Amino acid sequence: MAEYLILIYGDESAPELRDVEATNIMMKGHQEFGERNAAALRGGNALQPTSTATSVRQDAAGGFVVTDGAFAETKEALGGYYLVEAADLDEALALAKQVPMPSGGVEVRPIRTFD
Amino acid sequence: MLAATVRVTGDIDLAEECVQDAYARALTTWGTGGIPEKPGAWLTTVARRRAIDLARRDSVRARTLPLLVEPVGSEPGAVEVAEIIDDRLRLMFTCCHPAIGSEAQVALTLRLLCGLTTAEVARAFLVSESTMAARITRAKKKIAMARIPFRVPPVTELPTRIDAVLSVVHVLYSTGHTAPAGADLIRRDLVERSLDLARVLRTLLPDNADVAGLLALVLLTDARRPSRLGDDGRLVLLPDQDRTRWDRTAIREGVALVREALARRPPGRFALMAAIAAVHAQAPSWEATDWTEIVGIYDLLVAIWPSPVVALNRAVAVGLAQGPGAGLVALDALGDEPLLATYSYLASARADFLRQLGRRADARMAYEEALLLSENAVERAFLEDRLGQLEH
Repeated sequence: MAEYLILIYGDESAPELRDVEATNIMMKGHQEFGERNAAALRGGNALQPTSTATSVRQDAAGGFVVTDGAFAETKEALGGYYLVEAADLDEALALAKQVPMPSGGVEVRPIRTFD
Repeated sequence: MLAATVRVTGDIDLAEECVQDAYARALTTWGTGGIPEKPGAWLTTVARRRAIDLARRDSVRARTLPLLVEPVGSEPGAVEVAEIIDDRLRLMFTCCHPAIGSEAQVALTLRLLCGLTTAEVARAFLVSESTMAARITRAKKKIAMARIPFRVPPVTELPTRIDAVLSVVHVLYSTGHTAPAGADLIRRDLVERSLDLARVLRTLLPDNADVAGLLALVLLTDARRPSRLGDDGRLVLLPDQDRTRWDRTAIREGVALVREALARRPPGRFALMAAIAAVHAQAPSWEATDWTEIVGIYDLLVAIWPSPVVALNRAVAVGLAQGPGAGLVALDALGDEPLLATYSYLASARADFLRQLGRRADARMAYEEALLLSENAVERAFLEDRLGQLEH
């Protein structure tokens, strides 16, 4: 078995996010996803919007530069994640396809292991 | 052999090492004990055993990789043919997994399943060798790191996974049909392997129109193989081929498959290409070929598959249907296509039309350009011939 991180990307300015009913549908979707795949789930969280993000970079002098905002400014921002366990990529992709993604998509990344 | 070993190691690089080890052992063992009855099976068994050995010894690897270790027959040579075909198919679906970019899929299959060198694969794709090497390495890493499984997908997923596999078989056939480099025009091994794979896919998916179209295309094009080389080893083009030497059994099978493949609307690209091959296969002579029909099929093909090479073939057909002047106009419209800039067929097709129009100086330049771009010895001899004829 291996672990994969399913990164959930979405458009933060999507109107559905301010719509109570759409939000409820999405929350329900995540709840169902969690119940259906409890055996594979190792963790997961929703994130606050990128407006709350702070990025830290190291500069050439060895100091730190702290800036307001997400690391990369893209239309679709990272909004949450699941950590899942799967036998192979096909199994991880089958899980990923069940994640609610109303205004974007998900990225599946294998977790690196160190021995 | 590699396909069978990958199933044991679950790791392509490791499998390649095991196969190399097996060859090294063959050099010493066969030297003293003689060559075994089935050398290929012997090598496969030795490579797989080496893989199993390594897997047992290397507990870290055993824990982190998907090991599908199976009992191996006690005698080298016990590997069954059916099992080998299964392994190839499995590796094929792995190489053509949607998580791998489509360009890398074909490249990986040619490299891993068909044993083409990176340089040969690069030429088949009209890219530089270093670009291709990087593409293949990246794809192999992705398979290992993301754990793309080695298996034939379940029936429900097959229709969506099959197109990539068919494209690969097609490129494989095209590469064998006219080898991109080397002394021989045709690489029989590649042609036969693509035909095998197409037949296996047909058995696996008997109702799939694209599979039928691909198999038809391979059969109908390959039916001309006996007439493509003259007795002196020179290239004989379609107009001059001895049609009595075409394989009529293959043509009959191919034509029946084309009918089946065209029954689906809209027809897929392999069905259309096979339909073009069928028009040629059934024409009594080059002159009596229905070129207008062929241009019509190319128009449909370009619409669903806007490939520069297809556009080039269409332009050539336009020249044959409407005369060399019209053909030249159609070819010159493709002059800006960067993918065709290093493709010898564009230059040689232009040269032919210019020759027919009596523009000898322009034709000579075009033949010289084609010669610079072609690395296949038989093709080069043909181009030199044409160039020589212009001097008189």
